[in-house]
Amino acid sequence: MSSDGEEEFEFEFEDDDEGFDPEADSAGESISDAEAFDIMSPTLEEPPEKKPYDVNYRVRTMQEIMDMQTKEVKKVQSLLEVPADTAATLLRYYAWNSEKLQEQFWNDPTAALVSAGLSPPSSPSTSTQPLPSPLASPRPFECPICCMDYTKEQTATQTLALGCGHRFCRGCWTEYVVGKITTEGESGRIQCMESGCSRIVRAEPIDELVTSDVSKKYHNLLNQAFVSDAPSLRWCPHPGCEHIIECSQAPQKMLNQLVPTVTCRCGNDLCFGCGYPASHRPVICRIVKLWEKKCADDSETANWLQANTKECTKCQSTIEKNGGCNHMTCKKCKWEFCWVCMGPWSEHGTAWYQCNRFDEKSGSDNRDHQAKSRQSLERYLHYFNRWANHEHSAKLDADFYKSTQKKMEQMQSSANMSWIEVQFAKQAVDTVIAARITLKWSYCMAFYLKRNNMTELFEDNQRDLERAVETLGYSLEQNIGDVGAIAKLRQEVTNQSAYVQKRHDILMDDTLRGYLEHRWEFTV
Amino acid sequence: MATGLATKRLMKELAEIKTKGTPPGIVLLNAVALDQWVFLISVLGDETIYAGETFALRLKFPNRYPIDSPEVTFLADAEYIPPLHPHVYSNGHICASILGAEWSPVLNAVAVCITMQSMLASNKKKERPEGNDRYVRSAPSNPKLTRWQYDDDTV
Repeated sequence: MSSDGEEEFEFEFEDDDEGFDPEADSAGESISDAEAFDIMSPTLEEPPEKKPYDVNYRVRTMQEIMDMQTKEVKKVQSLLEVPADTAATLLRYYAWNSEKLQEQFWNDPTAALVSAGLSPPSSPSTSTQPLPSPLASPRPFECPICCMDYTKEQTATQTLALGCGHRFCRGCWTEYVVGKITTEGESGRIQCMESGCSRIVRAEPIDELVTSDVSKKYHNLLNQAFVSDAPSLRWCPHPGCEHIIECSQAPQKMLNQLVPTVTCRCGNDLCFGCGYPASHRPVICRIVKLWEKKCADDSETANWLQANTKECTKCQSTIEKNGGCNHMTCKKCKWEFCWVCMGPWSEHGTAWYQCNRFDEKSGSDNRDHQAKSRQSLERYLHYFNRWANHEHSAKLDADFYKSTQKKMEQMQSSANMSWIEVQFAKQAVDTVIAARITLKWSYCMAFYLKRNNMTELFEDNQRDLERAVETLGYSLEQNIGDVGAIAKLRQEVTNQSAYVQKRHDILMDDTLRGYLEHRWEFTV
Repeated sequence: MATGLATKRLMKELAEIKTKGTPPGIVLLNAVALDQWVFLISVLGDETIYAGETFALRLKFPNRYPIDSPEVTFLADAEYIPPLHPHVYSNGHICASILGAEWSPVLNAVAVCITMQSMLASNKKKERPEGNDRYVRSAPSNPKLTRWQYDDDTV
């Protein structure tokens, strides 16, 4: 058992491929079942081809997790030749790192057992008779906790000592263990009642002492601890979802190069690396954490509130953004402007689209006289406002889907189109929303990127995607015209949608590959 | 009122105190009810910074005592003030692991008193814990409801 210094990431279930294939297949079916019920997406898309920056993962059920544990325990049990309960306790102590456990165990079995809170191998109670530890000659006994007296015969049946020899009556043990489980939520680390004794109460005596309800809770807690301890497992963070993601390709040390976005069986995305309950691609976890902290610290300002309402640059009417598109047309004076830069929209069609980048050169020229802190705040707000703008748009998803749904019905009735023919609109909305999430995080990325040529290229890609998304978003918000107009709109939306998809792929592909190629430099 | 499990044990502890007495510097002032006792605690010897001072330690025993730890506070009233100690707040609440995470059902009232006494004896500097005022302003009446963090094992 040699260690190459990577033992903390070597926790794997080596032969689970054979063991879990049947379940994995049925898992695949349940995904398609779920999608079949979703009337909005009738066709199952081909699984996208795997990119070098994608990770392999599996969505597991609690049952599968339990099977994994059993399997791991059995393996260790036969390797170390210890009872199952001992193997499980050892594994829990070594956070299910069986390599490390074996190494330590073969090195010094007694030390390994004792540090895990078990009886040393010489003790007669270790393997053959874990409980109650045999009393050579039972004597009358007074429980030191409740002070009840027990006769010789009662002592043998009604009292209990772990391998450490600290004897108490069963009533007190039960009270104690039930309290630990139900009120403190403890499971694998319940110790002997004696002060300072670190002997662990194992599953076997606990199951015998408590009612089946409590025992069930105890085993649930053990399973939860298993998931939290194993670096290759993570709970799905979405409310009500009880699935577990298994992924062994995204250990902590890889998170500087990987953004392990995964999709749970509940249909929601999460980051396997940090547990963020949505995709934060293309930004790595570390930067996301910094950004979140910064936003929590800095953004509860009037500036943030200002991001939600703005004045028309011409007639000064107050406008609240209630849809996804940045192309605003003032209801009052019909002035068309960009929500982000507040410049006239007419300029956005031309080459100098200035909405996505913070022009630091001209910015600093203009603000020479201003304090440096002021500039950095402005720079931050520049990126924050763009980030928050996409965040805000994404929150309006439901409305966007609803209004699109309405338009799709309208098209079906007025243009006599089939249900399948109007699906292009729903697919376009999907495309816009996915692209907005990526764009949102691209501003967080840009905030932390060092200014260099690579960053310029990144911002070019960002600008191209931003522009494509806005164009498509605007098309989707057009009112439905007559039959001819609908056909034209459909063509437009389909083309624009394909283009957004392409720009999205380019940005994602280039950025995520950039990590692997160490192209990105952050200033943090 | 202590019931079931606690009663027999507390009776026994009381009986033991009556027959065997308490360690030096620890006196059972009263046990107004079976589940609420007050001890007087003083630190003996010349080394201590608490020479000549006496503190009142109140123990309230829950129904599930001794599985659950007792609620332990220094009295803060007209007659007694809590010791000036970096783990004792001015409202009498005590931050000590033995009263929380490291409580063992094998411990008893006298053991708690002894621990408190030695906590005072090892202290060299009379001061309140950091953030005393903030804590006292918002503290629950039962110190067991406070989530303690034990980060100093020197005193």
